[in-house]
Amino acid sequence: MTIRTSVAAALLVAGASLAQAQQLAPSPTLDAVKARGNLECGVHLGLPGFSFANDKGEWSGLDVDYCKALAAAVLGDANKVKYTPTSVQQRWPILQSGQVDVLSRNSTITFSRNATLGLNFQGINFYEGQTFIVRKSANVKDAEGLDGASVCVAAGSTEEKNAADWFRERNLKVTITNFQKNDDAIAAYDAGRCDAYTAGVGALAGQRIKLKNPDEHMILTKPISNDPQGPVTRWGDERWQLIVRWVLNGTIAAEMLGVTSKNVDEMKANSKNSEVRRLLGAEGGFGEMMGLSNDWMYNAIKQVGNYGESYERNVGMGSPLKLERGQNQLWTKGGVLFTPPFQ
Amino acid sequence: MSGRASFSSLSLWRERLFGTPFTGFVTVVLLLAIGWVAVPLIRWALIDATWRGTTRADCAAGGACWVFIRARFGQFMYGLYPVDQRWRVDIAGIAFVLGIAAVVLAPQRLRLKLGLAMLVVLPPLGIWLLSGGFGLRYVETREWGGLMLTLFISIYASLIAIPLGILFALGRQSELRVIRLISVIFIEFWRGVPIIAVIFLASLLLPLIMPGGIDIDRLARAVIGLGFVIAAYMAEAVRGGLQALPKGQREAATALGLTYWKATGLIVLPQALRISLPAMTNEFIALIKNTTLVLVVSILDLLGIAQASLADPNWVGMNMEAYAFSGAIYWLICFALSRWSRSLESRRRL
Repeated sequence: MTIRTSVAAALLVAGASLAQAQQLAPSPTLDAVKARGNLECGVHLGLPGFSFANDKGEWSGLDVDYCKALAAAVLGDANKVKYTPTSVQQRWPILQSGQVDVLSRNSTITFSRNATLGLNFQGINFYEGQTFIVRKSANVKDAEGLDGASVCVAAGSTEEKNAADWFRERNLKVTITNFQKNDDAIAAYDAGRCDAYTAGVGALAGQRIKLKNPDEHMILTKPISNDPQGPVTRWGDERWQLIVRWVLNGTIAAEMLGVTSKNVDEMKANSKNSEVRRLLGAEGGFGEMMGLSNDWMYNAIKQVGNYGESYERNVGMGSPLKLERGQNQLWTKGGVLFTPPFQ
Repeated sequence: MSGRASFSSLSLWRERLFGTPFTGFVTVVLLLAIGWVAVPLIRWALIDATWRGTTRADCAAGGACWVFIRARFGQFMYGLYPVDQRWRVDIAGIAFVLGIAAVVLAPQRLRLKLGLAMLVVLPPLGIWLLSGGFGLRYVETREWGGLMLTLFISIYASLIAIPLGILFALGRQSELRVIRLISVIFIEFWRGVPIIAVIFLASLLLPLIMPGGIDIDRLARAVIGLGFVIAAYMAEAVRGGLQALPKGQREAATALGLTYWKATGLIVLPQALRISLPAMTNEFIALIKNTTLVLVVSILDLLGIAQASLADPNWVGMNMEAYAFSGAIYWLICFALSRWSRSLESRRRL
């Protein structure tokens, strides 16, 4: 053996082990989750459609479904989640101190949070934003259409300021009617004293079913503010962040590719689309690259469903909230929901 | 005779309520005010209310919808405790009630011994029944909730608070300077820190500063934190009783040859505690209401579970019912306690 070939062989071995190391960087969080046998997930104390205790005493909702999908991907069982309901003061510390593995709790992604809290946002599972509820009979399609109308708001609220600024910038003549409390404002709207009431999309969905005739009202789908929300992790442990991010992407990709909890077995066996096959672990070995089983997204979709199924079940037409997809629709269908490809 | 009695009491009432034009005026105004508040309340809570049904759709507009409370009654009582294990909570509750009843009804001679025995047996028994182990399925504290959790926190925090409070109250009166200093520092520290800060620190800061691997249950941390704060308040309540005792009591006991602990246990404390009982009851009632603060650290007490179930889209808008119901429960507990302490006070012996 010449020196050259032995050097080359050594380099090859070193290169191979480097590649191995890059594939599986240490992930203390994943190891801990596997050792524990369950995922610790921080959720909201109670937000209609997103996180709540149902009649059977189980946590459910859109944010809770993400926890379940993650548990299914990592542990193969969507029920292996332990929930920690968190208050608004407590949500960051509980993640920072390592008491939860991931926070899925309607938290708006902002620059300063990302830059200063030692936290990373791993994608968007709900585009929240301030919008308006109006009577269907008023025939208003978007916020611009409110020109000449009146809007009930709680005095001094962020919503009041946002709405006033937004209308002023566009030279729209909208009368802002102030009330002391949110409840008063919505009651006044319900009584017909204003043409619209304003709040976040999610909050409006919860408010609408409290109105006298919920079916007579509609929520404008195009918001006037930008509050994207999604799962959050601590800094460090890149492999765990990767998993958290791509499980969310996977649920969106599944909807994009037409994979549902019902057809997932058939798709895995018969689909000729290679992205579907990679997503479901039929080829490509994507799960193993993150230290998971290749069934990771198959399990998540099979047990929890794709993003669209989860949306409809919790906040959409299959739920009492009856919230339209709006922005939370795939980008190919007029929304802004997007995932990078599984390639 | 009875007719005369009622006539005289009637005239007494007329005398009191309408004695002068001014008192008459005040009476009418107050009656109107009560009617103004009470009539809509009664209409809402009783007359227009919906009692039967299973879903939100069964609720009639305008009145309270107690269907919600019925559907969620289990959660209000037990939180998210597994349904098939709830009998354990019931047994623990019955054991506590029977234990206390046995002590109260026992003959005077046995009462102290029985009380001490219960104090040794009941708390571990309760924890075993609720959390499991030794043949029972393990139920994590995060699944505990509702009224059961409120009572658990109140009882166990006061099990820490009462003995500690008495000790520190005695310590504050001690002639030994070190003990006095330690007691003063403990009392003033825990009395000076807001309860919500204590709970928050116990829940969030402790895990950060604790060495890795040591993990104290979140509920236990909250109970201990609350227990310390209430201990400081209890200590001050007991100190009031100690100071109200004439000095001669202890001096006479010492003159009879009793040691410090005997004099304290037999002469001083029984009298001091009876004097400070109203103040201690006050602290205990405050404690029960303060348990709601644990909501900020993910513990779903009665109020917390109300919030979590109010967010169910199937029941959205039931805020009034949920809060009225939990408020009524808190009131019932606190009212029962204050009646009990009054009956204790009026008895000659503790």
